[in-house]
Amino acid sequence: MSTLEKAIADTSYLNDPPGIKNWLFTLDHKRIGVLYLYGIMASFLLGGIFAMLLRLELLSPERVLMDADTYNQFFTLHGAVMIFLFIIPSIPAALGNFVLPLMIGAKDVAFPRLNLASWYIYVAGALICLYSIIAGGADTGWTFYTPYSTETGTAVISLTFGAFVLGFSSIFTGINFIATIHKLRAPGMTWFKMPLMVWALYATSIIQVMATPVLGITLILLIVERTFGIGIFDPAMGGDPVLYQHFFWFYSHPAVYIMILPAMGIISELISTFSHKKIFGYKMIAFSSLGIAFVSFLVWGHHMFVSGQSEMAAMIFSFLTFFVGIPSGIKVFNWVATMYKGSIDLKTPMLYALSFLFLFCIGGFTGIVLGSLAVDVHLHDTYFIVAHFHYVMMGGTVMAFLGGLHYWWPKMWGRMYNEFWAKISLALIFVGFNATFFTQFIMGSQGMPRRYYTYVDTYHRLHAFSSYGSWVLGLGFVVMAVYLIHSLFRGSKAPANPWRSLTMEWETTSPPIAHNFDRPMVLEHGPYDYDVIDPRKRLDDHRREVAK
Amino acid sequence: MDTTGTLFLPPAGSTIASEVDFQFYFIYAASIFFFAVVTFATLLFIVRYRRRGEPTRSDAPTHNTLLEIVWTAIPTVLIVIVFVMGFRTFLKMNVVPGDAMEVKVTAQKWFWSFDYPEGASTVNELVVPVNTPVKLLMSSQDVIHSFFVPNFRVKMDVLPNRYSITWFEATRRGEFDLFCTEYCGKGHAEMIGKVRVVSESEYGQWLEAGSGPAEGEGLVDYGRRLYVSKACNTCHSVDGSANVGPSFKQRFGNSQAMADGSFIMVDENYLRESILNPQAKIVAGFDPVMPTYQGLLKDREVDALIEFIKSLKEE
Repeated sequence: MSTLEKAIADTSYLNDPPGIKNWLFTLDHKRIGVLYLYGIMASFLLGGIFAMLLRLELLSPERVLMDADTYNQFFTLHGAVMIFLFIIPSIPAALGNFVLPLMIGAKDVAFPRLNLASWYIYVAGALICLYSIIAGGADTGWTFYTPYSTETGTAVISLTFGAFVLGFSSIFTGINFIATIHKLRAPGMTWFKMPLMVWALYATSIIQVMATPVLGITLILLIVERTFGIGIFDPAMGGDPVLYQHFFWFYSHPAVYIMILPAMGIISELISTFSHKKIFGYKMIAFSSLGIAFVSFLVWGHHMFVSGQSEMAAMIFSFLTFFVGIPSGIKVFNWVATMYKGSIDLKTPMLYALSFLFLFCIGGFTGIVLGSLAVDVHLHDTYFIVAHFHYVMMGGTVMAFLGGLHYWWPKMWGRMYNEFWAKISLALIFVGFNATFFTQFIMGSQGMPRRYYTYVDTYHRLHAFSSYGSWVLGLGFVVMAVYLIHSLFRGSKAPANPWRSLTMEWETTSPPIAHNFDRPMVLEHGPYDYDVIDPRKRLDDHRREVAK
Repeated sequence: MDTTGTLFLPPAGSTIASEVDFQFYFIYAASIFFFAVVTFATLLFIVRYRRRGEPTRSDAPTHNTLLEIVWTAIPTVLIVIVFVMGFRTFLKMNVVPGDAMEVKVTAQKWFWSFDYPEGASTVNELVVPVNTPVKLLMSSQDVIHSFFVPNFRVKMDVLPNRYSITWFEATRRGEFDLFCTEYCGKGHAEMIGKVRVVSESEYGQWLEAGSGPAEGEGLVDYGRRLYVSKACNTCHSVDGSANVGPSFKQRFGNSQAMADGSFIMVDENYLRESILNPQAKIVAGFDPVMPTYQGLLKDREVDALIEFIKSLKEE
C-alpha cells in the first residue's frame, strides 16, 4: 500500500472516526446514507422473499404451500414492505443522502441531526411494521381499503401505525434536502448548473413534504375508526368508504412520483456520463421534473374510475393523467438524444440505464392504456395493472437504483465491483423480469383479477410461466449479492473518478474524507460540460496537488 | 363457448366490447410505433457511437427547439385523441338505455345473488337474454366488492350502503366468467359466478320453470346441485377439509363442539337454523362470518340441502 493509499484509507469517512458507536451516532450524511442502505437492502430482501413465495403459491391453482389467509397476509406484506420500507427511501434517503451534498460541493446536509433522527424514525417505523407479522399479520393489501380494513380481525393497526411513523422519516428527509439544495450549493453553482439528480431530488422532496402528511392523517383516522368505532369511512358507522380512497390516493399517487422522479435523476447522470456528452435539453428535463411533481397532485382519481365517483371527476382525472405522460415522454426523448454522437461506454451502470429506458417505456405506454377511461374499466384491478406498476416501479425505479448503486459503489466503498459478474446478473434480472411481468400483461388483459389466491384454469399456463420467470429474476439478485459483498473485501481499489464524470462528487477521493472535500469547492464548469473539459486531465492535476 | 379472441383480449360478448377493443389496439399500435423508434434509435446510437479507447468529445447540439416542439406536440395530439375516445365510450358505459331490464345484484362474502323483476332469484348465476340491455342495480351487504365480466369489458365496484349501477347488452349466447375484482378477504378468489346468456325464448322458459328440482330428480341430488349453485361450496367442503366453514362430510348425526364450549347434536333443526340464522350457534374453531340465507332459499331448497348434508354422513 503506497503512502497515498494508506492516507486515503485512514481519512476515509468509513474509518474516521472508527467504531460502531461513532457510526450509530454519526451526523455524517455519507454514513447515514450507508445506514439507510443497510435498512433498505434488508427490506428488499424481505419483500423479495415474500414475492418469491407468492409466485410459488401461484404455480398452480391448488394449494402449493400456504392457505388463503397466509397468502393474503403475504401479498399485503410484500406491498407494504416494498413500498414503505424499500422503494420510497431507496433512492432519496440512501443514495440521495450519500451523494446530494457531494454533488453540490457541500460538507453535509443542512440539518445533520434531523438527518440522523430520520434514520432512527425509519428504523422504528420498520420495526412497528414488522411487529404486525408477530401480532397476527394484516390481510388488507397495502392500500388498507375500508370497510374491509375496519372489519378484519388482523393486525391492521400496527402495520398502519408503522407506515404513519415512516411518513415522518420521509418528511424530515424532504425538508432537509430542500434546505440543503437552497442554501448549501458551492459558490458558482446556480440553479441551472446543478446536476439533474439534484433537480430530481428537489422535486421529490417537495412531494414528500406536501403529500405525506395526508397519508399520516388518513392512517390515523383509520386507526381511530378501528379503535374507538367513530364512523369516518365505514358505512356501518355512517362513514364513506370512497372518501377513504380519495384520501389514500391523494398521497399514494404523488408517492408514485416520489419513487420515480429520483430514478429519472439517476438516469440523467448515467446517460450523460457514459455517453461522455452534455445532456440534451437540460432545462426541459429540469422543468419536466417540477411539472411532473405539480401534476402528480391532481391525478389521484385515476385509481378510482370504477369506484362510483362522478363521471365528471373521472373525466378530469383521466385528462390530467395523460398530461403526466408528456413530461415523462420528453425526458425519454432527451435521454436518447443525449446518446447521439456521444462516446458510449457500456459499463454496468449504463446497461442499467438502458434497461430502465426499455422497461420504463413499456411501463409508461401501458400507463396510457390505463389512463383511457373506457379501457381502464376492463383492466382495473387485473394483473394488467400489476404488470404496469411493476414495470414502472421495478423496471423503472429499481433498475435506476441499481444503476446508481453500481455507479456510486466505488465512491461509497473505495472498491470496484466485478464488471463481468455484474453483467451476468443484469442479464438474468432483465430476462427474468420480463418473463415474470410481461406475462402478467397478457393474463391481466385476458381478465385475471389481482389479489387472487387461486384462479380458474384458463390462466394456469400464464401463471406458471410467470412463476418460472421469478426464479430467474431471483437468481440474478443472488448473483448480485455475492459479487457486491465480495467486492467490499476483495474488489480492486477504486480511483477517485473511475467513470470520468464531471459532477462534483468525483472530485474527492474514493471513499471521500469525513468532510467530503479537502478544499472549499467552487464551481468551475457545468456538470455536463463534456464538450469543453477533459475530466481525466483535471483529476491528474488534482492528484498531484493532493500528493504534495 | 367461442374461443376466439386475441392474445391480449378475451372473446368479446357485449355491444361495448368492440369500442373498448378498438381503443386498446389503437393505443397498442401507437405505443409499438414510439417504442420501436426509441429502441431503434438507442440501439443505433449504441452501435454507431460505441466508445473505443479514449472518449471523444462531441460537438453535437445540446438542444434543438424545433425538434423539442415536434416531439412534444405529436404525442400531445395523440393523447388528446385517445382521451376523447375513452371518454365517449365511458359515457356510454355509464348511461343506461331506457328500455333496459333491471336485475338487482347483491354481493356479500363470498357470493353473488341476483333478483329478477319477475320474482326469480339466483346465486352465483346471472341468467340474461341475448341482445337485451340489462341494467344492474348493485349493492353490498358487507365490504366493497367489484362486478367484473371480462368478456363484456364491464366492471363496477359494489359498495355497502349505496347503489352502484352499470349495464351491458350481451351479443352472443354462452357462459361467461363473473369475477369479484375488489379484494374482500379469504374467499375473494372464489367469489366467482357465471353469466349465462340465453335466447329470448329460453329466458322465458327459465323464468317459468323457476329453479325447482328437475324432473325425476331426488332431494339429495337437488341438494347437491344447490350446494354448488347457491355457493355453499365456496366455504364448505364435502371431503372433510376445513375451509372458511366446517366441512359437510360426516357432520350429520354427530356431536359437535361449539365455540361457547357446549356440545350440540347435529340434526335437521340445527342445520336449518345454521342456514337461516348462522350466527346463532358457532362451531368451535371457526369465525362467525356466514351471512344468512333467509330469503335466498325456499323451504324446499333448505330441505334439499339438509338431505344432501345427511347423505354425506357415511362414506
